[in-house]
This record gives sequence, structure tokens and C-alpha cells, in this order.
Amino acid sequence: MSDTIESIKQQISDNAILLYMKGSPQLPQCGFSAQAVQALMACGEKFAFVNILDNPDIRSELPKYASWPTFPQLWIDGELVGGCDIIVEMYQNGELEPMVKAAAAKSAEASSDS
Amino acid sequence: MSVQARIEEKLATLEPVEMAVENESYMHHVPPDSETHFKVTLVSERFAGLMPVKRHQLIYSLLADELAGPVHALALHLYTPQQWSTRGGVRPDSPNCRGGGGQ
Repeated sequence: MSDTIESIKQQISDNAILLYMKGSPQLPQCGFSAQAVQALMACGEKFAFVNILDNPDIRSELPKYASWPTFPQLWIDGELVGGCDIIVEMYQNGELEPMVKAAAAKSAEASSDS
Repeated sequence: MSVQARIEEKLATLEPVEMAVENESYMHHVPPDSETHFKVTLVSERFAGLMPVKRHQLIYSLLADELAGPVHALALHLYTPQQWSTRGGVRPDSPNCRGGGGQ
């Protein structure tokens, strides 16, 4: 298995809330990534991100690993939640915030235990 | 056959009640008449019982060739007939470009 897949797996397991995106939350480089960031930030928890424009290996390998061809991709608790359309829709129907809050709380608990 | 026509033909296998394939490439930094950015709104009974991720992955598997080739962005708005009528038949708008596609 390639090193890239290994580092993707590591990122996904180390970060309870992780967004793979184009650009950074402060400076998104794609309208879809910008919308995803906006919805995620509105949930009020810290999240990790990977700028795939700076990481061409991840950009080419993650879609195959995830069975998801495009970016952004939101991963929560090691599971793919979806891309921009799903993130925005879940935010609008009130499902995203509780999911994000639960993941943040669980991860804070885990780190205070260790 | 245009990319748009191929997408429409492949998605027709889902027996959609409603289907709109819109070429939104003009909203992005690509040459005129490009077929790179699409928005699909599709209403089908096949989505019943499938979580959003699974619905999208179903479409991605049908359009694997297009996504591996010319298609760069694919916005998907996928509903069951019940969800579609709850929404009042309205699909969301797509965001504007932020210039990252060419990198």
C-alpha cells in the first residue's frame, strides 16, 4: 500500500473532524470548498483541514480510496460524510451541527483520558 | 455525442421522475462551450432508504468514465419523490468559482 494512502488513513483517524478542500478555510480556492467551510464553521467547533492543492498525491489518491471523485470531502469520526452538496444540505436541515458537536465532544473526552 | 447527452443517457437508467442536467461550465474559468462543470438534479424512487453518501456514490459509479475524463465538478441534488415534493420542487443554486480549478 502506498505511503499516501497510509498518511490519508492516519489523517482520518487522528482528526475527528477533517475537511479535504481546495485552499484554506481563510482563503478557499473553489466555490464548493468555500460553501463547505462556511457550513462547517457555522457549527462552531474546531476542525482540521488539508489543502489538496498543496498535496497533489492526496488529491490523486483520496478519490480512489474514498470512492468519491471530487473535493471538498468531509470526514467525521473516520467516516466520509460527503461533499459540498451533502454538507450544505445537512447544515440546512439541522443534521450537521449535532454530528459535529458530538464528534468534537468525543474527541475532547478521548484526549483528556490519555 | 456531447458529454451532457452521455450523462443524461446514463442517468436515465435510474428511472427518474424528474431529471435536470445543467452545464454550469460558463460559471468557471474554462474556455467557452466547455463541458466540465455540471449540476444534476434527479428525483428517483431508487434513492429511498439510501443515505446521501450512498446516493452520490451510485451516481459516481454510473458516471465513472465522465468523472475520470472531461468532468471536473458535479453538483448533485438527489431526492426521493417524497423529498422532492416536500421541497416544493426547488433545487439549490451552485456557488461561484474561486479560481482554483486551473491549479
